[in-house]
Amino acid sequence: MSTPKLQQKPAPGSEVELALYEIRNKVYPRAVTGVFARWRWALVWFTQLLFYGLPWLTWGDRPMVLFDLEARRFFLFGLVLYPQDFIYLTGLLVISALSLFLVTAVAGRVWCGYACPQTVYTEIFMWVERRVEGDRMARMKLDKAPMSAKKLARKATKHALWVAIALWTGITFVGYFTPIRELLAQIASFSTGPWQTFWILFYGFATWGNAGFMREQVCKYMCPYARFQGVMFDRDTLTVTYDYKRGEPRGSRPKKADPAALGLGDCIDCTLCVQVCPTGIDIRDGLQIECIDCSACIDACDQVMDKMNYPRGLIRYTTENALEQGYGREGIVKRLRRPRVLIYAAILATVATALFGHLLTSAPLKVDVLPDRTLGRIVEDGLIENTYRLQLMNSAETPRRFVVSVSGIESIFVTGASKFEVEPTGTRLVPVTVRTHPGMGEPGSNRIVFKVQAEDDPSVSVDATSTYFVPR
Amino acid sequence: MADFISPGWSYYIAIVTIVSILFCVWLALSMAKSRHTAGSAGTTTGHVWDGDLQEYNNPLPRWWLGLFLITCVFAFVYLLLYPGLGAFPGLLNWSQIGQYERERARVDEVIEPLFAKYLAQDVPAVAADPQARAMGERLYLTYCVQCHGSDARGSRGFPNLTDNDWLWGGEPEQIKTTIREGRTGLMPPMAAAVGSSDDVQNLANYVLSLSGGGADAARAALGRDKFAVCATCHGPEGKGNHALGAPDLTDRLWLHGGGLNAIVDAINNGRTNQMPAFGEMLGEGKLHVLTAYIWSLSNRPAEAGR
Repeated sequence: MSTPKLQQKPAPGSEVELALYEIRNKVYPRAVTGVFARWRWALVWFTQLLFYGLPWLTWGDRPMVLFDLEARRFFLFGLVLYPQDFIYLTGLLVISALSLFLVTAVAGRVWCGYACPQTVYTEIFMWVERRVEGDRMARMKLDKAPMSAKKLARKATKHALWVAIALWTGITFVGYFTPIRELLAQIASFSTGPWQTFWILFYGFATWGNAGFMREQVCKYMCPYARFQGVMFDRDTLTVTYDYKRGEPRGSRPKKADPAALGLGDCIDCTLCVQVCPTGIDIRDGLQIECIDCSACIDACDQVMDKMNYPRGLIRYTTENALEQGYGREGIVKRLRRPRVLIYAAILATVATALFGHLLTSAPLKVDVLPDRTLGRIVEDGLIENTYRLQLMNSAETPRRFVVSVSGIESIFVTGASKFEVEPTGTRLVPVTVRTHPGMGEPGSNRIVFKVQAEDDPSVSVDATSTYFVPR
Repeated sequence: MADFISPGWSYYIAIVTIVSILFCVWLALSMAKSRHTAGSAGTTTGHVWDGDLQEYNNPLPRWWLGLFLITCVFAFVYLLLYPGLGAFPGLLNWSQIGQYERERARVDEVIEPLFAKYLAQDVPAVAADPQARAMGERLYLTYCVQCHGSDARGSRGFPNLTDNDWLWGGEPEQIKTTIREGRTGLMPPMAAAVGSSDDVQNLANYVLSLSGGGADAARAALGRDKFAVCATCHGPEGKGNHALGAPDLTDRLWLHGGGLNAIVDAINNGRTNQMPAFGEMLGEGKLHVLTAYIWSLSNRPAEAGR
């Protein structure tokens, strides 16, 4: 509970002491099944198959996804990314942020309830806990009981399973940076490097700690998303809502009775919605900071409504406006066309198009031109000469031969070597000498353009500008 | 790193640091309980802003306090082990310079055998090794490229290292000395020793004629006798003197520009050209490999483009 409850009412006017560091009341969520529970588990399977599965896939003779920090190359399916490509990561972060804003504006904290790793791993760990220790009442009873052989066995089993899952998670995480088959061989022979060891253990410890113990404390106190959801919601945001108009006043009644006749709302106060809540709140109190939109309460309540032969949806996804003004799905959909949603969507579409468009259409070649500090020299026959170093980055996975040519001043030409071979995903710093005839170009600085083109594939070509110095 | 002028500052920093940490601990613990009268605002802080704005005083989780106390303990342990309390060096005696030297020693340990292998060979043998040449090129790109150009062909005032023409000698030992100790090429203004400006013109034409540079034959003949002054450094036939860094005047390579005017200018005003010393920066191993690379530029066909 986030607000402290006094055990008994003290006499008015007397001094009362409140502990400002509260010992956490452990939450024992009850098991729940239903439409939304199935959706949540589908996402658990999807995200985890992706996470645990990707490091095992190969692309040719290398892993399909590998972040090779030591060689400073990121392999993502067919793409080879260099440190120079960091801008794409920035773009990805911008897209992630905008997607979050857009999804939250439309559908509230669906990220939290369905896809967030904290929720996903907590679900997995709670499933293990339920299998080993039993459902809600059994778990509460076990925790209250004194230590015994049976209790020790249960707890030990649970923790052993948790640690196994956590370690496998840590290993998989490191498997994105070190090819996972290689990593497993290293583990088997106790020859993992110091960083691999650290990260496997640290990430495993974090998984075990966060999913096993911290759980909703992360959502309540650590995660900034919980705190600024208030800013991202508006009155048209879909969120898990208790229909107080329909439900109040709440109270138990015989099954066959007519609630209207008794002056009661549809809520029978069974408190199942409170028992299934993983963050331990009562959704009937309204929108709260702890609610992660997991919809366990929706599933629980719907089942009770079915048993009572009342219509479903006493707790349902709806918006503040829809609830107050009494409209339904069509109205909510119509309200999607509001400035907040449209603007987020437009910016997101622009950034995503720019990012992916650029990423997928750019040539697997990068060129940097480093002009020499020793500017223009005069050589035989009065020709002017400038030297450069070109950094050729061949990000394809085949070796390539590149031809360097230059333009920008009349009859400017490359002298000496102009064809360079670069190994796959390699870089090569090559000297290039450029000459002009006397009288061509302006004295001082001139803008020129180097064209670097692959010999075997003319479509792979990059233009790089530089300056050419003509001595006065 | 400059130390404090007076030890008082060191104590000041140490005391402020420790007191601050202790204050934070006290603050966290002293806020553990709040007293208020029952039936009043209850769990609010008690303050009211703007008429009706109040703030809940919700409890923090106890694990938060635990983590905070752990960080305070960590801070104390850290300050005991590492420098932070003024001039106290810490029990581990860590310093930036110490870390730098340890890292350098580690690297030297690794590359020592590599350079030892090359130091045992003579320069031409090292120059024949492609791996050594690649190392030499990287050394060159770090230390030499700013003056001599990335193709090593220099420019006005900076010698061309690929033409097998040397001011101070092109033998491996001579090249190594040049790099290790640097060179100062000094030609004093010679106009006074030569004579009148007419004399200087004649001498300049004679010098130009040595390399077949289209000199005025009449003036050149007149200037011939004046060349004795130049011969002390440039040699009786003007072939240069490696011991003094005096260039060969009979070839067509002009470091400071060719043509009559440049020669007149050199006679009148002299020349000063300096190369810095790289010996201490490089160490013997790198020096040897770099020497071999430079030597290889003038003593084998250029490896341009594979």
